[in-house]
Amino acid sequence: MLFLLIRRGLRQHLVSTAVAVLLVALGLGLVISVWVVRTEAEQSFTRSASGFDAVLGARGSKLQLVLNALFHQEVSPGNVTAEDFKDIKNLPFVDRAIPIVVGDNFRGVRLVGTNADFFENLEYAPGHVYSVEPGGRAFKIGEKEAVVGSLAFHQLGWSIGTTFHPFHGLDYDVNAQHSEIFKVVGVLAPTNTPADRVIWVPMEGVQTLGGHDPSTFTEMSAVLIRFKPGAKAAGLMLDTRYNRQGRRLTLAWPVAAILSDLFSKFDWFERALQALAYLVAVVAGASVFSSVYSSMSARKRDLAILRALGAHRGFLTAAVLGESACIGILGCALGFGLFGLIASLVQEILRTRIGVLFDPWAWNPIMVWGPGLMLALSIAAGAIPAWRAYRLSVADGLSPLS
Amino acid sequence: MEQTPALVVRDLLKSFPSPAGGRVEVLRIPSIRLEAGQQVALRGESGLGKTTLLHIISGILEPDSGFVSVGGSQVTGLPESGRDRLRAERLGYVFQTFNLLQGLSALENVKLGLAFGRGADTKAAMAALDRVGLAGRAHHLPRQLSTGQQQRVAVARALANRPCLILADEPTGNLDGPRSREVIKLLRDSAAAVGSALLVASHDPEVLGNFEEIIDLAVLNQAPPQEEVV
Repeated sequence: MLFLLIRRGLRQHLVSTAVAVLLVALGLGLVISVWVVRTEAEQSFTRSASGFDAVLGARGSKLQLVLNALFHQEVSPGNVTAEDFKDIKNLPFVDRAIPIVVGDNFRGVRLVGTNADFFENLEYAPGHVYSVEPGGRAFKIGEKEAVVGSLAFHQLGWSIGTTFHPFHGLDYDVNAQHSEIFKVVGVLAPTNTPADRVIWVPMEGVQTLGGHDPSTFTEMSAVLIRFKPGAKAAGLMLDTRYNRQGRRLTLAWPVAAILSDLFSKFDWFERALQALAYLVAVVAGASVFSSVYSSMSARKRDLAILRALGAHRGFLTAAVLGESACIGILGCALGFGLFGLIASLVQEILRTRIGVLFDPWAWNPIMVWGPGLMLALSIAAGAIPAWRAYRLSVADGLSPLS
Repeated sequence: MEQTPALVVRDLLKSFPSPAGGRVEVLRIPSIRLEAGQQVALRGESGLGKTTLLHIISGILEPDSGFVSVGGSQVTGLPESGRDRLRAERLGYVFQTFNLLQGLSALENVKLGLAFGRGADTKAAMAALDRVGLAGRAHHLPRQLSTGQQQRVAVARALANRPCLILADEPTGNLDGPRSREVIKLLRDSAAAVGSALLVASHDPEVLGNFEEIIDLAVLNQAPPQEEVV
């Protein structure tokens, strides 16, 4: 009977109920979205650092180096010589050193040159190594062959055996086509990292393309470095060597801290969004109050009838609080839907434009305290109308309508 | 063996605060007694305190002093929760304006009459609707029913919990002559069928003409006459 009365109360003021539900949904959807996108995106970026501890590149910004070498964004700040590569590769605490050469594209999809080490048991995440999907193979060093990242492969609509002419530069310019022809020999198994968005070719293939400066044929854009397990001081040592004592090169280390710095640059924006979300949540609370209050005021007579039929004060209070709780619950359910929509948009943008896998449904405490807070706010908004229902004078409520 | 009376009122006094300060006495009732199953009309013009008396009997209002019991249970002196329970279990109430909840069907309205006492029993509610000849309209909303049918639903709701006393406050105030007689007959027959005592407050001679026993509130009430009682 209580549920029947709550349902009736909500239906009787359908428009104000619907507005209140939508505002609660909007408030919760925004609060969760801002929170989850912020925390999960940072974690996704850090995860997508592809298992490397540091990046060595030309003197310049560490962030630019990380974005260019690991996320295939931005431009390379300069080159690293073959001698520098050999030096760092041979250090005893360096487990893997993978050279990266960038500077060409195919219709906006970057070509990234590397060596054969890339396909030799190189982990991009614990227990997961870069590999070529069945039906293809890794490129041969010295050949004009390509292994295409899974996302780029679908985006370009290629198949094994497709041939293509790369274009010079990182941005697509139809007039900058190289004469060399590359052949697709394999597809990189999906890694959910930025590696899926690029075309992998032998390093020499990019270095020696027509139009490139022959004096830089042995140079590379960056070196991705993984330290041996337990080599805790390695980063500090190399940081001193390259960043403090050296002048030519930059060591971007630790990658996670550099990415965290990137996100901290957007703190003001995040705070503004959070403030907006909380403001909407407060407006939602006010809307619930208005809806339940007007519903209760319009049904004073009904409530008096219920009392005359034997309903106790607590029942009326529960009916009014039930209405506000229902608005809260419906709003929270819809809010999760809105969050899903926003999150899937962000997910798609991050996946296709940066190659970062963002999992919005990964556990996050906001998913419990967010709806809890909105529900509490909704119920609190019903407290005053509920109190009025509790204090209702039955005799006054039943007095004849004139 | 003597049966428990359906209603006993003794030395009842009720006053309200006066706008000019002090209090205005509106009811001073020495005694009313209704035996189980007895059907009585309470005559009184508008403003004489009929509704106030019914509210006191049903525990909606508390008297200043005096004694009221319904079906052997003392109403006066009971805490509010006890009076709520008494209304839910031992009383049926028929209002002048029907007071059906508009968004609920006829059946749901009748179930309300059971909800706070025996529990919202669909079978019992259907049986009550059947008694007033509206089983076929159980799922109609009040606005889909005629005024006479709405009052029948109100009667069914009052009878659904088989109360020992039914209070009807101007139950035909909104009905025309033939419908009014029809509802009074229904009320009397139904009350008799379930064994409830019936107290019908009205100023309408046509309603009063249906009753063998009539209490005249103007005579019974010993409170000083007032211009108007609100």
